[in-house]
Amino acid sequence: MAADFSFNRLPCNERAEVEITIEGHKVIALEGETVAAAVMHSGLRPTRTTAVSGTGRAPYCMMGVCFECLMNIDGKPNTQACMTEVSEGMVITVQQGAREIGGDRL
Amino acid sequence: MTGLQQYDLVILGAGPAGMASAKEASEAGLNTLILDEQPRAGGQIYRNIGRPILQNRSILGEDYYVGESLLAGLAQASLTHISNATVWEVTGDNTLCFSAEGMSRQVGFKKLLLATGAQERPVPFPGWTLPGVMTCGAAQILLKSSGLTPVEPLVIAGSGPLLLLIACQLIRAGVRVEGIVETTPTANYGRALKEIGGAIKGWRHLLKGMRMLNEIRRSGVKFYKCATELRAEPGSDGNLASVSFRKGSTLHQLECQTLLVHQGVIPNTQLGRAIGLEHQWDEVQQCWKPTLLENGCSSHPDIFIAGDSAGIGGAIVAEIQGRTVTNEIVQQLGLKGKKDSEIDSLRKELADQLAIRPFLDYLYRPLDMFLRPQGETIVCRCEEVSATEIRGLVKQGCVGPNQTKAFCRSGMGPCQGRQCGSTVTALLADELGSNPSDVGYYNIRFPIKPVTLGELASLSQPAQDGTVK
Repeated sequence: MAADFSFNRLPCNERAEVEITIEGHKVIALEGETVAAAVMHSGLRPTRTTAVSGTGRAPYCMMGVCFECLMNIDGKPNTQACMTEVSEGMVITVQQGAREIGGDRL
Repeated sequence: MTGLQQYDLVILGAGPAGMASAKEASEAGLNTLILDEQPRAGGQIYRNIGRPILQNRSILGEDYYVGESLLAGLAQASLTHISNATVWEVTGDNTLCFSAEGMSRQVGFKKLLLATGAQERPVPFPGWTLPGVMTCGAAQILLKSSGLTPVEPLVIAGSGPLLLLIACQLIRAGVRVEGIVETTPTANYGRALKEIGGAIKGWRHLLKGMRMLNEIRRSGVKFYKCATELRAEPGSDGNLASVSFRKGSTLHQLECQTLLVHQGVIPNTQLGRAIGLEHQWDEVQQCWKPTLLENGCSSHPDIFIAGDSAGIGGAIVAEIQGRTVTNEIVQQLGLKGKKDSEIDSLRKELADQLAIRPFLDYLYRPLDMFLRPQGETIVCRCEEVSATEIRGLVKQGCVGPNQTKAFCRSGMGPCQGRQCGSTVTALLADELGSNPSDVGYYNIRFPIKPVTLGELASLSQPAQDGTVK
């Protein structure tokens, strides 16, 4: 059985709930939180694999400095999950290696 | 440049320095713009202070909620505040470009205040790239913005006031901490004691530190002092599985799914570097900081710096500097500033707040293994370049950080050197028998954050009413 890496939520003040999809699973996040936080609450690990050796990484600094939390967010690759707030219906997937160039979101 | 929206003052960063500056500037009547990378003001220290998420206020402690009054000051200030704004270029002719909501804008300024804060010191050690290893600051951000606590078993390793603070906060939140592995070298205590005069002047900070140590002791969490040889190990799935370290002659190993690391904070100099401002090496704090006049002015006459991005002093110092530096700007723009007596008392408060710094700087100077790593320890996380590789470049004729980019791509990944810059300089200095001042730092180039072509293209189509869409 895979280990459970879910970060625990403490009793919080009232926040609206937002439904997002992480790696195909529907999860509930809190309005105003970052994708990186929601992903860590969901227990996903790793959140990307590197472009050089393909090893796994996960959010490290949570403040936009380290770029370890790059993920595919709503089809846009190389997006800093710690600098992006969740929104209803958002679709988030692990970024495997280097991002693919293409699409209309350059 | 014609047609650009012009401001008397543009403030970058809405942390304590930026918020305090914004209030002063608007009271003095400056036409002010404040740009912040985050969705809500507060900076990292007062992150999410506008709507605290935790029901239990005692977890984060009263120092966090102090930020509420600063935020109230900002809210009342008459100025333009743009959140989620990434500044990616500042030009020599007093204009800057930023991107917000997928659009780029260019504005002009008479004076610019950099209040971009600090970042955690990169702490290269074997295994620091494993999923499950994150910084103490990151854990605090998760606590402040999402009410989340790390998955257990949890180990906290490193050195510095923030290490003790996050340990206390997580213990208060009911998290089980397997161990606190303190890496402060034994020799630091003796050296720090020579600065005890300043520490006594800053007795309030000292008392806070002792209270935190007491709180940890009372909790019964295992506290390993003077640990060395920190190492994080993966499990078969490639994620963090354990941490090992040496204490005295004993090797310890603790199983964990989260390892929080910390070795102090350093000024965020990325933007100042890209602008080409002068910087200097601080041997005591073991970091680069901008070269500033006493009034906060950088090597560019219209660019000022306040708060941790000017040199580490903490939140209260940042707030005071935000006020004093803004007063200087107000006067330089020909407006009436504060009374001299008021400025004198702010300067005195600043000196009092800074009195404890030499004690803290010597006490929490990181262990050498973190400043000058060896072997296969990854230095550049983005391009996966090891300490051995960087050190070996010197034999191949590489004499400076900018050459390492060509030799091995270090510093050329998405973080643009933020996580490896100081280490690469230190390793080259080590191998060359030189010092960081002479070795220098990476040239940082614009754009300092990734910008999409779409965002760039939007610059040529300014919004019709001159406001940001």
